[in-house]
Amino acid sequence: MEWQSGTAFWSMGGYGLYVWGSFGVTALGVALEIGLLRSGQRSLRNRLQRMQRWEAQ
Amino acid sequence: MNLYHYAAPATFYRLAGRWTPWFAWGAGLLTGIGLYISFFVAPTDFQQGEAYRIIFIHVPAAWMSMFIYLVMAFWCAIGLAFNTRLSFLMARALAPTGAMFCFLALWTGALWGKPMWGAWWVWDARLTSQLILLFLYVGIMALWAAIDDPKRGDRAGALLILVGAVNVPIIYFSVEWWNTLHQGSSINLTKAPSMATIMLVGMLVMAIAAWLYTIAVAFVRVRGLILERERHTDWAQEAMKALKEA
Repeated sequence: MEWQSGTAFWSMGGYGLYVWGSFGVTALGVALEIGLLRSGQRSLRNRLQRMQRWEAQ
Repeated sequence: MNLYHYAAPATFYRLAGRWTPWFAWGAGLLTGIGLYISFFVAPTDFQQGEAYRIIFIHVPAAWMSMFIYLVMAFWCAIGLAFNTRLSFLMARALAPTGAMFCFLALWTGALWGKPMWGAWWVWDARLTSQLILLFLYVGIMALWAAIDDPKRGDRAGALLILVGAVNVPIIYFSVEWWNTLHQGSSINLTKAPSMATIMLVGMLVMAIAAWLYTIAVAFVRVRGLILERERHTDWAQEAMKALKEA
């Protein structure tokens, strides 16, 4: 597949909104899930450490 | 190989930790290849122009949303039958990713439906049953969140998942059982695919990437859940010390 120009690539034959809307939101969803997973892991680690200290008392 | 060995939370915790980077890198690599095929190798469709490229996201997302649900149902059945602790945690670890893929299938479907059918949404059997799947995912996660006792939550969630599993074949066969605006399946086990080979390859590469991604994410999530449940055991205390130092 040869694109004539960068503009042709972005316009996707007039369907740019739909194609990039699909791929963009998918990228966003994956980024969001990974971000939430990271922050979730951090807060879990802190929570477990707090519980450990509390239970040790 | 003794499967019970790997069903022990301590063993699986370590195993999942070792394998996660491989699945994550594999997912990244295949996503790159899949995107390259989607935009630079696959030709323009003679009927749909460039809009058809949504298929490279839409179909893998829809497949994953159904497949993850079936995997969750499988683990819940195992958990209820054999009372294995790890099984329910697998279901819990998979649900958010399944919900995400379900949402993406609906979202990309709407963006594909608008230019091709002239409507973002129609109440056709395929779309409606897929929407019910999203409600099931959200309902299951809400149920887990609402029940404080983890073991009771596991069982309640497992029951809902197993009952809801009836929806998956309904989604899959909806395009055959009813007259739908949604097209029939392009790929099926008994006849040759009704699409160009390179489009099929792109779709399959993206689907495998989605698989690897799901496994990586679910492993990270399940490790957290295991630590939380097993925090009173010696091995978990050791693992937490290792986390603190990392």
